[in-house]
Amino acid sequence: MIDRERPVSDDELNAYVDGELPADRREAVTAWLAEHPEAAATVAAYQAQTESIRAEFGAVADEPVPEHLKLDRLVQTGGGARRFLPMAAAALIAFTVGGGLGWIAHGAAGGTPSGFDTFTAEALDAYKLYVVEVRHPVEVPGSERAHMTQWLSKRVGYEQHIPDLQALGLKLVGGRLLPGPTGAAAFYMYEGPSGERYTIYCAKAGAPETALRYKGGERYSAVYWVDDQRAYVVSGPAERDQLEKVAKSIYEQVDKSGTRKS
Amino acid sequence: MATFRQSVEATIPALRRYARALTRNADSADDLVQDTLVRALRSEHLFHGGEIRNWLYTILANLNRNRLRALARRPTLTSLEDNDAPDLAGPEGGHRDIARALATLADEQREALLLVVLEGLSYREVADVQGVPIGTVMSRLARARVQIKTYLDGERPALRRVK
Repeated sequence: MIDRERPVSDDELNAYVDGELPADRREAVTAWLAEHPEAAATVAAYQAQTESIRAEFGAVADEPVPEHLKLDRLVQTGGGARRFLPMAAAALIAFTVGGGLGWIAHGAAGGTPSGFDTFTAEALDAYKLYVVEVRHPVEVPGSERAHMTQWLSKRVGYEQHIPDLQALGLKLVGGRLLPGPTGAAAFYMYEGPSGERYTIYCAKAGAPETALRYKGGERYSAVYWVDDQRAYVVSGPAERDQLEKVAKSIYEQVDKSGTRKS
Repeated sequence: MATFRQSVEATIPALRRYARALTRNADSADDLVQDTLVRALRSEHLFHGGEIRNWLYTILANLNRNRLRALARRPTLTSLEDNDAPDLAGPEGGHRDIARALATLADEQREALLLVVLEGLSYREVADVQGVPIGTVMSRLARARVQIKTYLDGERPALRRVK
């Protein structure tokens, strides 16, 4: 039974355009549109949008797949062999220089932006999630540093050296194990005298090494780098100078800790 | 039966199309596809059946959000939560009307619309890809189309910035 009287909602007009209406309702809407020219014009406009979008982008799927996107190639290079892209490179330079990062680690900016993005995004998510925890911010308390080092080294897959940030007034709250973009990640939390918290998120990385990169926000910020195939993200409150100090101290301690093979 | 890798490989043309429409820039799009493929190969153990294609769309959209966040912070630092795509209409906007209209949409609206009209996903599939109820998908589509229509009709919507 076709209900020609039931009013047609905007959602239904869209579903009509997308062929998502059940057959009987579709028929009713067709009939209804014949008597409602304004709605019919809207439907026609929506259909034209669909056509324009397909005309603009549809042919991309018929293009041959570029060599650098073939899976065999990606598996060989681990995705590191990104073409040089003036735009991406310019963005990175603008980001780094424009940000005024006064100290840049050894090595040119390597690794893919995706590594930077994914690690930093996951680290910041973890930071935001756990930094507000009052009673259970960590799984293992900082007082059990030796046990934690042993445990997380085993799980994350390389020898952990938990930095000492007492000189900056930061006490180790503890750590936890987290899932990361490339496997297990270790997550350490430090706390300052006024309750400000900093975290280190570290895991194995795809890239051999990268420069230090800063990512700032209104409430949080992070510094990311890869050293000897290990990614580090130091996250903290938005005060950039302090974060850079903390990150630099961690960078130096990790660098000196003998984890580097060279 | 196709292996995981074969299934991923077969999806590359569609991923490139979706990425091109999302970014409206050929280089950014292929970078996004490359990152998506690398992530997918690395995360094979996280794929628990279903349509590989839809899983890849999800990864691609997430990576694109990250990319937009990074772009949005250039050159001045803005909030990490701020992933407003409209700001990017300038640097990335195509010269065609429909591309420019797409640039004015919110990320999730653009994603939903393109998945439906370009990639041919059902509402149900888009709901899965976006991890939202089907009603949310419908309202995203409705808002996207109204916005595009408004834009194409020449009434500059509030979101659009004068360059």
